[in-house]
Amino acid sequence: MSFSVNEPSNRQKWGAGILVISYAIITLLPLLWIIATGFKSPADSISYPPKVLFEPSLEGYVNLFTTQTRASEETFEALGDPTTWYDEIVRKKGMVIVGPSRFSERFLNSVIIGFGSTFFAIVLGTAAAYAFSRFRVPLKDDLLFFILSTRMMPPIAVAIPIFLMFRQLGLSDTHAGMILLYTGVNLSLAVWLINGFIDEIPIEYEEAALIDGYTRFQAFYKVVLPQAATGIASTAIFCLIFAWNEYAFAVLLTSGNAQTAPPFIPTIIGVGGFDWPAMAAGATIFLLPVMVFTILLRKHLLSGITFGAVRK
Amino acid sequence: MAQIRVENVRKEFGDFTAVQSSSFTVEDGEFFMLLGPSGCGKTTTLRMMAGLELPTSGQIYIGGEEVGMKPASQRDIAFVFQMFALYPHMNVGKNMSYPLLSQGMSKSDAQKRVREVARILGIEDILNKSVSGLSGGDRQRVALGRAIVREPKAFLMDEPLGALDAEFREHMSEELRALHDRMGATTVYVTHDQLEAMQMGDKIVVMNHGVVEQFGTPQDIYDKPATMFVAGFIGSPPMNFLHFEGEVLENSTTVELSGQTIAIPPQRESAQGKLAFGVRPEHVKLSDESEFRGKILSTEYLGTSQILTIQTQNGDLKVRTSSAQLVNVGETVGLTFNEKTITLFDESSGIAIRSDLNIGSI
Repeated sequence: MSFSVNEPSNRQKWGAGILVISYAIITLLPLLWIIATGFKSPADSISYPPKVLFEPSLEGYVNLFTTQTRASEETFEALGDPTTWYDEIVRKKGMVIVGPSRFSERFLNSVIIGFGSTFFAIVLGTAAAYAFSRFRVPLKDDLLFFILSTRMMPPIAVAIPIFLMFRQLGLSDTHAGMILLYTGVNLSLAVWLINGFIDEIPIEYEEAALIDGYTRFQAFYKVVLPQAATGIASTAIFCLIFAWNEYAFAVLLTSGNAQTAPPFIPTIIGVGGFDWPAMAAGATIFLLPVMVFTILLRKHLLSGITFGAVRK
Repeated sequence: MAQIRVENVRKEFGDFTAVQSSSFTVEDGEFFMLLGPSGCGKTTTLRMMAGLELPTSGQIYIGGEEVGMKPASQRDIAFVFQMFALYPHMNVGKNMSYPLLSQGMSKSDAQKRVREVARILGIEDILNKSVSGLSGGDRQRVALGRAIVREPKAFLMDEPLGALDAEFREHMSEELRALHDRMGATTVYVTHDQLEAMQMGDKIVVMNHGVVEQFGTPQDIYDKPATMFVAGFIGSPPMNFLHFEGEVLENSTTVELSGQTIAIPPQRESAQGKLAFGVRPEHVKLSDESEFRGKILSTEYLGTSQILTIQTQNGDLKVRTSSAQLVNVGETVGLTFNEKTITLFDESSGIAIRSDLNIGSI
């Protein structure tokens, strides 16, 4: 028998559980629908009433990764029997594969730009936050406010000036340009969050390291960094999610070379109607990296988000 | 081990002067206390000795070498923090070997040395534990261990017992003093607790508002305070001040208090104006023969002794007497003072007037 005031009763626990589960269902259902659609055949994907049970097919994925064309009987005969499982799927529709699609390229662009900008935002943000937290920076509060103020308007409000600047500087449709842009947008978030985490670490640890014979950089690297790791990891997730999902600037500033996946996925239109399975397959694959990244860091994320809530 | 000399050290933070031109010397092997109320500059002084703050002006010598502007890592001193500052991401053994590894000692040598120190401190069995699960006392021991392993020139401690509860504090302060005596290491110890300072220190520096008020042995500081601040800060209850206006001449051996002539130690300098007559509570006796009288306002029973609060024409007075002495609140009693212990102060400056008692120690 517990007399603790904080201990929730069984009924409260059940209530909380039901609440969490229903929320999870509401948020996960569209996701599950997308994943399921990726494995449907085009006919199943638009059937009415919607099919919950269906025969799984990889057609969507094959369509996503390949470019196809309709071929005549003679061509089929000339080609002989299909050699691979994906050839077989395509041939059934009376088409042949003529080459890979642009999707892997776009996906790779997303990886380079998303992780690249996250990396720079975290490195620069950590350095700046450490300086703000530990040194007597003149006009510190004003500078921090200035950094925060860059987030106060929606980024898209400056789309046209940025578009013009990028064109002038030759940054349009380049990886460097997109990394620069996302780093810039994420930097204020990174500085503020990491500043908070470093403020939480007592300065005595570094002082102890300094006295133990380490240089300031060693003290930072060996003592501060391991303790701020949790906070830095959760900041990295936020930065990556932003850069990964960003759509408006990607549409505006990239078209070929550096185009990321978000503006590309809606352009996957099949022959003779929307190819929903292919689009859903693209969305599913697009979701994976952030999901994996978040699951890997989820422990840190949890303690990172609740930082400062409990006094240690 | 080394002598530490602090000369005219001054520290400013912007417009705020934390330490004003302080000088004192910590002799080799001494247990030295920096005592004062919070905000008096004692911690800043210690941090300047450690190299965690750089002095605005002045010199600091450790073992004869001027180190005032050197970074902490080059001073070869150990620092024990109030909150211990044990690296939370390392276990006890790693915490203790950390300063050795930074000096380039091999891992096996460092481990040997850590085990040796752990044995001295009685913490061998927790070397593999994480520091987060340790009790306050064990954390304290690990922090000490981390300081000791390196055999530094001096130990600097910033209220190391401040985070422990009262009962354990007593025990640790004895342990700390015993450890110091065994190792003979120069130790500078910051505290705001006057009892701790008196109990543990060979020498005490009393600071207030960034100024060194007095520097001396615990006996000197208690019996021969240099300023009214020291007299009022040390002792529980502190020294009494009876306020009067008048004049004291060089060589005079008495003062007039409310028309009564009271003996004092022979004076070495003259003073006039507002003065204070300082006497410790235990040096006041109740005596019917005395014409200097006061009314008992209250009594405080402390077991073997009691503290009486007595109102006189020159201000209230605390008196420590045996609890066997029967007194009634409201009664008027005569008071005599142990003349050898009296210190006169100039109230406008707060500084003690020199006499045969305190000459040479202030």
